[in-house]
Amino acid sequence: MDFGPYRKEKIKNMSSVATLQHEGVHGSHDAHHEHHHHETFITKYVFSQDHKMIAKQFLVTGIIWAIIGGLFSVVFRLQLGYPEATFPWLEDLFGHWAAGGKLKPEFYYALVTMHGTILVFFVLTAGLSGTFANFLIPLQVGARDMASPMLNMLSYWFFFLASTIMFASLFVQTGPASGGWTIYPPLSALGETSSGAKIGMDLWLVSMAMFIVSSLLGGLNYITTILNMRTKGMSMTRLPLTIWALFFTAVLGVLSFPVLLSGAILLLFDRNLGTSFFLSDIVVAGKILPNEGGSAILFQHLFWFLGHPEVYIILLPAMGMSSEIISVNSRKPIFGYMAMVGSVFAIAILAFLVWAHHMFVTGLNPFLGSVFVLLTLLIAVPSAIKVFNWLTTLWRGSIRFTPGMLFAIGFVSLFISGGLTGIFLGNSALDLHLHDTYFVVAHFHIVMGVASMFGMFAGVYHWFPKMFGRYMNNTMAYIHFWVTIIGAYLIFWPMHYEGLAGMPRRYYDYSGWTSFNMFNGLNEFISFVAMIVFAAQLLFVFNFFYSMYKGRKCTSTNPWGSNTLEWTTPINPGHGNWPGEIPEVHRGAYDYAKDGREFTPQNVPVGDDESKGH
Amino acid sequence: MIALGALIFVVVFQIAKASEYVSILKGEDKTRKQNNKINAFFLLGFLVFGLIGAWYCNELYYGKTLFPQGSASIEGEAIDTMMIVTIVLTGIIFVITQVLLFWFSFKYQEKDNKKAFYFAHSTKLELVWTTIPAIVLAVLVVFGLKAWFKITGDAPKDSIVVEVTGHQFAWEFRYPGADKVLGKKNYKLTTAKNNLGVDFNDPASHDDIHVNTTMHIPVGVPVKMVIHSQDVIHDVGLPHFRLKMDAVPGIPTTQWFTPKITTADMKKKTNNPDFTYEIACDQLCGSSHYAMRGVIIVETMEEYKKWLAEQVSEYSTLYPKTATTDSTKLVTQVLPEKK
Repeated sequence: MDFGPYRKEKIKNMSSVATLQHEGVHGSHDAHHEHHHHETFITKYVFSQDHKMIAKQFLVTGIIWAIIGGLFSVVFRLQLGYPEATFPWLEDLFGHWAAGGKLKPEFYYALVTMHGTILVFFVLTAGLSGTFANFLIPLQVGARDMASPMLNMLSYWFFFLASTIMFASLFVQTGPASGGWTIYPPLSALGETSSGAKIGMDLWLVSMAMFIVSSLLGGLNYITTILNMRTKGMSMTRLPLTIWALFFTAVLGVLSFPVLLSGAILLLFDRNLGTSFFLSDIVVAGKILPNEGGSAILFQHLFWFLGHPEVYIILLPAMGMSSEIISVNSRKPIFGYMAMVGSVFAIAILAFLVWAHHMFVTGLNPFLGSVFVLLTLLIAVPSAIKVFNWLTTLWRGSIRFTPGMLFAIGFVSLFISGGLTGIFLGNSALDLHLHDTYFVVAHFHIVMGVASMFGMFAGVYHWFPKMFGRYMNNTMAYIHFWVTIIGAYLIFWPMHYEGLAGMPRRYYDYSGWTSFNMFNGLNEFISFVAMIVFAAQLLFVFNFFYSMYKGRKCTSTNPWGSNTLEWTTPINPGHGNWPGEIPEVHRGAYDYAKDGREFTPQNVPVGDDESKGH
Repeated sequence: MIALGALIFVVVFQIAKASEYVSILKGEDKTRKQNNKINAFFLLGFLVFGLIGAWYCNELYYGKTLFPQGSASIEGEAIDTMMIVTIVLTGIIFVITQVLLFWFSFKYQEKDNKKAFYFAHSTKLELVWTTIPAIVLAVLVVFGLKAWFKITGDAPKDSIVVEVTGHQFAWEFRYPGADKVLGKKNYKLTTAKNNLGVDFNDPASHDDIHVNTTMHIPVGVPVKMVIHSQDVIHDVGLPHFRLKMDAVPGIPTTQWFTPKITTADMKKKTNNPDFTYEIACDQLCGSSHYAMRGVIIVETMEEYKKWLAEQVSEYSTLYPKTATTDSTKLVTQVLPEKK
């Protein structure tokens, strides 16, 4: 992937030409200022083509969705924790869906479905890689903007469109989709099976189609920018690990999201055009349906062919950012840079080869199942390499516990905890017992949900000064961290025990079961902690918006003493990022503690006396 | 409640603001170092209390899992063994890595007299932690797949066959009767009375028994379930037997197991007079998914045979006249539902 110095220089020139044509002259500081006066509110804050502004748009939209999705989980946890109680204010909020202050089962499932959809796609995909791929790729590879700022802007606005449709679906009379975020047909294909399978489901599918367009426009841009627009000297092996992670994230998305799109379109056909892709031999509400020959399982293959890579689409950016933040704050090079890149690459390849481990109990051919067991457990090898490399990075470091660093350490802890339970679920024999129980809920919330959230928080705290030229308040950040990590473990650790008792997930009420009704006390405890943790997230939101306007101002361009290029820009970089020439890169991103120097930024030329690093 | 929350919020905000001013007065570097020490100490405390908490959680809830009572099926024993092996192996890795993570964080916190050690990579170390997990996983894969192939292999020839059908939101069962063959079905024959769509033109269907919700099986004999769904995907979840299999419309699936403890014995063993083997639907299937409950009664062979003898075939219930005159004769003419 190395194009050689000549080619690199040419590309760099091309890219600056492109930006010149696009946004006016950026070559000098003065010219930039001149241009600045022409920017209107609309072009600067709404239809912006500046990757930094688009990143902020993704982040703020993601935060809004996270509040909605989080609130939904608190509401359905009320039902699980206090199945006997009534909450009159729920009726004020949700009307007939919570008549008498008690959620209807149908609405409970709608909340569960929306919580999953919102958090997986809108928060941890768009909110996470949308924000940080946009923000960090041009800044860290040394480019003035994305390869195509226009497509980049469209990427956000397609996401906005998808958000609007999904948000609207919350208000339709029959309610939003309620078949789970995995929308398995026939439950999602036939309106007779549940009220959430009516118009709400169509809106879900259309929204997701828009979302996929957004994701593809973004992903193609990220890949192109990383491959073609690196600054002089920035060879692929000098890229910060954040960029490698975001690169593989984009590759995963570009190759797997179209498959979900095909699944969504076929499902729309089955719903509205009378086709039988996923339907066969069905009697519903006393009606014998004519559909024959379709396969409900086919949809699951299409879904999980995206669905599993999706897990890594969510996780890899968090891994990349944590790697970077741990190295910076340990004041040490990341241990085993090449192994880190190699293991992300291995994870990205394997991510495509394990989807059927979600389908061990669908009647899948046992031999096929065994192949997926082998490939699934293989992922533990690169994951283990990453964990041990993070641990070794901390070893003999000089660690600064900034809020970002704490969240990165928390990420590693959660990744270990949730990753190890993946070894249970990936082993098909154990999955027979654990499938669709609370063990699964605990597993994926820890490893994908909370861990990736921690990666996102780490990223926000770490790059907030670069985004807004101000710091977030440390005291609130520390409280946020400690409440969140303690709360996350209190919520999800005991759930493993519920799963080992066979307690199924997605149940509205367990009181009718002799096998699962012994966890009432625990469910109440979990719901209580969930409320506290949710409140702590509001503290983060407050800190975020307050600090954006009133936070302590940055006085240094490089507050963390970091090596990467984004910290060579001015405190508040304009569109084009560097007022003068784009800096040239002379070394990898992790020359910390090398030759007695605390840190040596990438743009510092290699001295004659310097030892050979990697 | 909300007022209290708001109050806490305001207090936290005021403290946060104040501490920021104090830090500016004291000097940012000094505050940073102080925060560093506090957080490093908290991380160590989190490790200690976290491990104690994990132990305490186990004390509280281990008894409520299904392991103390053991697997109720012979096949499930392999799964329990696998589970214990996996818990031990991952438990060891969990403790080692978490201890290292938090201990390193505490030990290598920034100190004035210490500098970070430049250590960018070591092929030897990286090979070690590539190889060891690979070996551990190979062991788990081999043992896991051994159990998997046994459980998912063909059911023994002498298995009792029970057809399980799921629909929103109940389970129904069909036994093949004396001829040991289940009559054919065609979903297009479904009516309010013949709600499973049995083809009564097939003589094999005439002695088939149809029961709702509760399934009787004898102890110690393999049972093969042939699983259908009529509408959406359901799942026959059998936590006590450690098994699970989806019910998919249009694609019948199978699952077999050998129950080894009767319901009556399990009541004694668990000291719980209410103990019931329950079939839990484990695939979200609509608004009453949480109430899609079936029951399995495991009994002795004598009890099972007695129960079976008391059952009346579905055919003779639906067509009492034809059934009593000649139950083996084709009945095309008298089937009003037949189209």
